[in-house]
Amino acid sequence: MPTEHSVTDLITLLAQKKVSSVELTQAYLDKIQNLSPPSTPDIMDPADKPRGVENKPRGVEGRQPSSLNAFIHVNPEASLAEAKHADSLRQKHLHSVLTGIPLAHKDIFCTTEMPTTCGSKMLENYISPFDATIVSKLKQHGMVTLGKTNMDEFAMGSSNENSYFGPALNPWDTTKVPGGSSGGSAIAIAAGLAPIATGSDTGGSVRQPAAFCNISGLKPTYGLISRFGMVAYASSLDQAGIMGQSVEDISYLLEAMAGFDPKDSTSAEKPIPAYSAELKNNPNSLKIGLPRCYFNPAVAPAIQQAIQEAIKVYEGLGAEIIELDFTLLDLWVPCYYVIACAEASSNLARFDGLRYGHRSQNMSSLEALITSSRSEGFGLEVKRRILTGTHVLSAGYFDAYYLQALKIRRLIQQEFIQAFKKVDIILGPTTPTTAFTLGEKTIDPILNYLADIFTVPVNLIGFPAISIPAGFDGPMPIGMQLIGSAFNETTLLNTAHRYQQVTDSHRKKPGQLS
Amino acid sequence: MMWDTVIGLEVHTQLNTQSKLFSGSSTLFGQPANSQTSYIDAALPGVLPVLNEAAVKLAISFGLAINATINPKSIFERKNYFYPDLPKGYQISQYKEPIVKNGSLLIELPDNSQKIVTIERAHLEEDAGKSCHESHPNYTGIDLNRAGTPLLEIVTTPCLTSDVEAITYLKTLHQLLRFMRYSDANMQEGSFRADVNISLKPLGATTLGTRVELKNLNSFKFIEKAIAYEVERQKTLLEEGKAIRQETRQYNPDKDMTLPLRQKENDNDYRYFPDPDLLPIIVTTADIEKIKTTQPNTPHEIKQKLKNLGLLDDDISYLLADPDSYYFYQSVKIQSNADDKMIVNWLKGAYQAHLNEHQLSFANPPVSANTFAELLNQTTLSTNQLREIFKQLLTSDSTVNDIIKSLGFNESTSANELDEAISALIQNNPSQVAEYRQGKEQLLGFFVGLIMKQFKGKANPSEVNARIKQALA
Repeated sequence: MPTEHSVTDLITLLAQKKVSSVELTQAYLDKIQNLSPPSTPDIMDPADKPRGVENKPRGVEGRQPSSLNAFIHVNPEASLAEAKHADSLRQKHLHSVLTGIPLAHKDIFCTTEMPTTCGSKMLENYISPFDATIVSKLKQHGMVTLGKTNMDEFAMGSSNENSYFGPALNPWDTTKVPGGSSGGSAIAIAAGLAPIATGSDTGGSVRQPAAFCNISGLKPTYGLISRFGMVAYASSLDQAGIMGQSVEDISYLLEAMAGFDPKDSTSAEKPIPAYSAELKNNPNSLKIGLPRCYFNPAVAPAIQQAIQEAIKVYEGLGAEIIELDFTLLDLWVPCYYVIACAEASSNLARFDGLRYGHRSQNMSSLEALITSSRSEGFGLEVKRRILTGTHVLSAGYFDAYYLQALKIRRLIQQEFIQAFKKVDIILGPTTPTTAFTLGEKTIDPILNYLADIFTVPVNLIGFPAISIPAGFDGPMPIGMQLIGSAFNETTLLNTAHRYQQVTDSHRKKPGQLS
Repeated sequence: MMWDTVIGLEVHTQLNTQSKLFSGSSTLFGQPANSQTSYIDAALPGVLPVLNEAAVKLAISFGLAINATINPKSIFERKNYFYPDLPKGYQISQYKEPIVKNGSLLIELPDNSQKIVTIERAHLEEDAGKSCHESHPNYTGIDLNRAGTPLLEIVTTPCLTSDVEAITYLKTLHQLLRFMRYSDANMQEGSFRADVNISLKPLGATTLGTRVELKNLNSFKFIEKAIAYEVERQKTLLEEGKAIRQETRQYNPDKDMTLPLRQKENDNDYRYFPDPDLLPIIVTTADIEKIKTTQPNTPHEIKQKLKNLGLLDDDISYLLADPDSYYFYQSVKIQSNADDKMIVNWLKGAYQAHLNEHQLSFANPPVSANTFAELLNQTTLSTNQLREIFKQLLTSDSTVNDIIKSLGFNESTSANELDEAISALIQNNPSQVAEYRQGKEQLLGFFVGLIMKQFKGKANPSEVNARIKQALA
């Protein structure tokens, strides 16, 4: 049983009973075991705790060197039980189109059958007593959870190197990073370890790894998908996303995941369109905005060229290209990091070692216990962002940083709202470079942050965006980002889908695998 | 040197809602530790708060009761600090945009003068859990049952000038909260807690002195004592030319003095910022109008109404001492024909005596307002008969009618029987009849007495009275 099928193919295969969910699930589990065995089979065994004061990534020592390390945890028994259940649902005709299709969840979504670690030592052994809303929604569809994918700790990072469970490797070149923070999910799709996967996107965490791994990755409008059960990094920016082989695959999942959730006050009460059906529409006109500022020396020439070629494709499809000017480009990244870190510093305060998660052996005083638990449980990047966030909210700095950032955020929103009065879609590169080498940027966080330039404004404004494959720079994939207007996923997905109908970058798979 | 005392008060009161401010778990007091705690209250990873509308409505209603401005857009913010009983590491509160602003409360001081206390703001926030130091020998236990309980924090301007004013305001507010059912305001259970900000300034000076905050005061008596102590302490320091240190102090009832809290707790930088998990609370004029239609009377309004009914001051203070008594009275009044004075006399008298004797209250009345109204509606029975029935109501499950039957109170003779007896009476007492007819009306009692005696008390005295009058007319 090959594991390269798209969700669209699997829907047909399952409907025609050419394959069972159990067979399908077993095939993916085998492939995971083969290419990406989780580094931590002993994760549930408390015998080797505590691991000492230093927060050394355990994955590095435990991982098989050849493993892509896409998964933090798999639970074959639970997956196969779900698959069996899905098959019985199909037999009883109690199924939806997605019943029996396996998927992988980013390890930021709470699941009752497997730990939810957020890539952190802090939650190394944490099992949630409840499922995230999207996890239970997809379960209700009879989808099968293959495992929990690797990620930068608490979704902070864009290389997957900030995972306590060790870095994950880009299947196109295993010396390169897969991107992050949803690196594991991106690898799983690119390497055929799962047909579809969830991710989360706070500043590009779905789109950037999608670009680095030659897959499609959607960040929907803020509020379209429930955040309940998705461990918070920066609440006003976090949004669950979907990573798949094609826009079409993503549209099926979006239909199942989107919708109002009474448990999430920021989720929107909106009717959910039939995204997959709407893909086939051929709109009379399409106006695509092209920000001039996207073409600057910091963007790799091959990427600039790939975008120019994509524009030609769209022109061939009858689109009108309109040049746009964004004046606040330089403020996108600083504004994002002030707000994201501020919210993170507060969101991560609950990890104090008192009720769950890592608890230090240093209990000499209450303060020592909390301080040591956090010092031992969090990795470097998480600490950096908590400290930054604490600083920008502090008395005397609040007005200069946080309040300013809120004002700038509104200005950025205004600029995009104005732009969308002229265009339906904004097009550009997802990232200024292709995947970088492991270890290359860990030394300089600022350099790392600046690489988020094209993805972060989308979270600040809350609009939907998708990254889709747009060619290669040598062996490494290039991603193109399309941004849509708020709650207009239909146009966004339709536009991206039409590109994939006439191009084949997204069909290319990394060669050296299997 | 003479000094002005300047006092501002912050009251935290638990709002009377079934469930918590941001989760569905119950707010019931006195339950086993952590049995009223949801994943949201315990701040498990991934949970989100959802606002309880009932708490917002109570806050708006309170705002209307103190003639305040209801903020059309108020915002929840996070107050960040670490403490074991604060599971999220922050408290969700309101800071820059509270739901209620600029209200006032009229207080009546013991010398009968009045004062308007200005209430700067009232905001919604969640309560913290509790640390239990007794449950384990080597550990501190955490009970999160209280975590997330809705609180209304009610803050006055520094407009109070003495302990008497402070206590009067607190008692008036306490009464308001209880009568309007915003809170049970039970001080022992911590659902009404006061913090006192207090400073001294030279008599007549316009700038305020350095203030000291007295925290966690949970009885009127302690508040009064703490203020008195603190005024003296500050006065002594100032007169010695020493500076007052801005700090938080706690009252120690055993030593009858205030002591500073640990310095650490004075140093917090709470890093307030808008909670991104919650939308602003938008209150429209239509919302406010809707709440107005079900707005209960304030104690002040109730007092006016009772005065207009002609009740005496004593009766009024009796009814206003406890909302349960007042609402019981209201309920009886609606269901019975008895006049207000009679109802109050019964409640203050026989009923209250029974409650006192058995340590009960009108919160759980042994005889319901319904039954009690039925009792008072028996206008044909004498007071002694009613007392007898009330006694039996307290000790049995019988209805008023059952008891009347079993005691034979209603076997009042038929009209015929009565008329025959009266005819006989007139025939047998010709001289008295003549005297009566000549104007000696006090003889009526003599006739009634004879008839009542003949019917062994089972005749209805007012009916007998009426029929004799008629026969002799």
